[in-house]
Amino acid sequence: MNLSTLLDMAAEAFGERIAVVCGEQRWSYAALRAAAINAAAAIRASGAQHVVLLDVNSPAAPVALYAAAYAGIPYVPLNYRLTAAEINALLARVAPAYLITNAAYAKLLEPCADVQVVLREVFLTLPETSEVPTPAEDPHDIAVQLFTSGTTGTPKAAVLRHQNLMSYILGTIEFASADEGDAMLVTVPPYHIAGISAVLSSTYALRRMVQLEGFEAASWIAAAEAEGVSNAFLVPTMLARVIEHLAGAAPGTRLPQLKALAYGGGKMPLSVIRKAMLLLPQVDYANAYGLTETSSTIAVLTPDDHRAAASSSDPAVQRRLGSVGRPGAVEIEIRSDAGRVMVAEEAGLVFVRGPQVSGEYLALGSQLDADGWFPTKDRGYLDAEGYLYLDGRADDVIVRGGENISPGEIEDVLLAHPSVADAAVVACPDEEWGEGVAAAIVLKPGASATTAELQERVRTALRSSRVPQKIVFKEALPYNELGKVLRRVIKQELS
Amino acid sequence: MPSALKAGGRFKSTVCETQVMVIKAPPGEHLLACGGAEMGGPTATITGTPAADAAAGSLIGKRYVNADETLELLCTKGGAGSLALNGTPLEVKQAKQLPSSD
Repeated sequence: MNLSTLLDMAAEAFGERIAVVCGEQRWSYAALRAAAINAAAAIRASGAQHVVLLDVNSPAAPVALYAAAYAGIPYVPLNYRLTAAEINALLARVAPAYLITNAAYAKLLEPCADVQVVLREVFLTLPETSEVPTPAEDPHDIAVQLFTSGTTGTPKAAVLRHQNLMSYILGTIEFASADEGDAMLVTVPPYHIAGISAVLSSTYALRRMVQLEGFEAASWIAAAEAEGVSNAFLVPTMLARVIEHLAGAAPGTRLPQLKALAYGGGKMPLSVIRKAMLLLPQVDYANAYGLTETSSTIAVLTPDDHRAAASSSDPAVQRRLGSVGRPGAVEIEIRSDAGRVMVAEEAGLVFVRGPQVSGEYLALGSQLDADGWFPTKDRGYLDAEGYLYLDGRADDVIVRGGENISPGEIEDVLLAHPSVADAAVVACPDEEWGEGVAAAIVLKPGASATTAELQERVRTALRSSRVPQKIVFKEALPYNELGKVLRRVIKQELS
Repeated sequence: MPSALKAGGRFKSTVCETQVMVIKAPPGEHLLACGGAEMGGPTATITGTPAADAAAGSLIGKRYVNADETLELLCTKGGAGSLALNGTPLEVKQAKQLPSSD
């Protein structure tokens, strides 16, 4: 069992279909496979133990992913936003390595005998080989290794084995299910799990991948319209910017080819998804929840769920617009801090189990319990119909005098205020309670709201223990490049 | 000859183009057949034609399972013969298809 089988099948059945579009470049599935096989031969000859990519999105990303699979060694895409020192430290952990990069990033590298540096252009034009690789097909072999973006300590190396990623793809996608004109706009970077799964799922569905180096709303919309993009994945902040950019357009007049828009990677404000559904009514929206350690998506709020929530008069159905949906090819259960399995509506820690779940880090080993359950470290609850509602990271919970408080519910109340554009709630030190509630608020342009007014709103909607004792007004909140709000930064500022 | 099956193992039909990969296998020894003839290993060659009662065909990309789903095969290349385990035809398993989320 090896990921290269996905590409073999795609190239065998529909070799002429376009696999990758990047600027002026267009690669068919047959060409992608040929390039990956040529690269596998070079990788094997190098004696490397890892294939490393330090580069933005380009055809080199799918070629390197499959070349590593054909060569039978792990693929390790690195975050190119790290500092030179961080990148060199990670490289030392994966040497001997075959490193694909571009001229700008190559300058960051310290010379190392155990790392063969190959520029992207060279990597994509390697000599042809007639030797078809026959990788060992042990399902347990490591396919992909991703360094987690921990902001403290040494990054952990999450491993995904061939059996994890193959289970995910085979369990959730029908082979060649894309229509011939379908295209997926890929803006997530190659080092993110969503970047990996975009390549694998597009290959197996026989869908065209349209690559963009980064995200900017105007160029995203232009590329989507020019390439007739049918599918895309966006993080919530990206969707918010696309919607802002399209505001003023008559509903249904823009992005006519777009059929499906998936979002995930952070909490979607209800106002944004509601606006998106009004502005682009032809689009099937899906909320996808997943983690690196689970080979991507584990729960999905489907397009039908979105429409049902938007049109229902039943509050229990309406609120599902704020849910991440029901489990895909996995099981999900909620447990208390003490390990008791919770019933519907009881909040606790989210656990997941299934063949796509790796839950494993190099050196630390498997994090699965004896029954195969992985602690996601997210908090949440299930409703009676099995819809999962997330409540933030367990680490973000504010413990005020022994009471657990989720920032999410307070943020929801604050965001519902007509003057509030953005809000983040974090813990602040408190001599009496251990931790207290603090909030950073961004007001809409020209709008105003007082601290007392916002505090009163939380007191009325929730209860007094939830009232932020400290509120600061800011121009903007700090986000990372994937749209995750940087709570640690806000917490430091408010301490 | 019945043999042990294990995940990742590959088999080729000896009577058509069909190729499969084992995704999940039951313990013990089993006879995997295609087109009425025992399947061979990765280097097997075609030496006959499918039996008339085992010629419904196999389709690339489909997963085939036995009744209790202890066996699961991925068809990596389709052919004219149909798949069977210990003499019982295998059924197609549908993917729990998710709306494209990535």
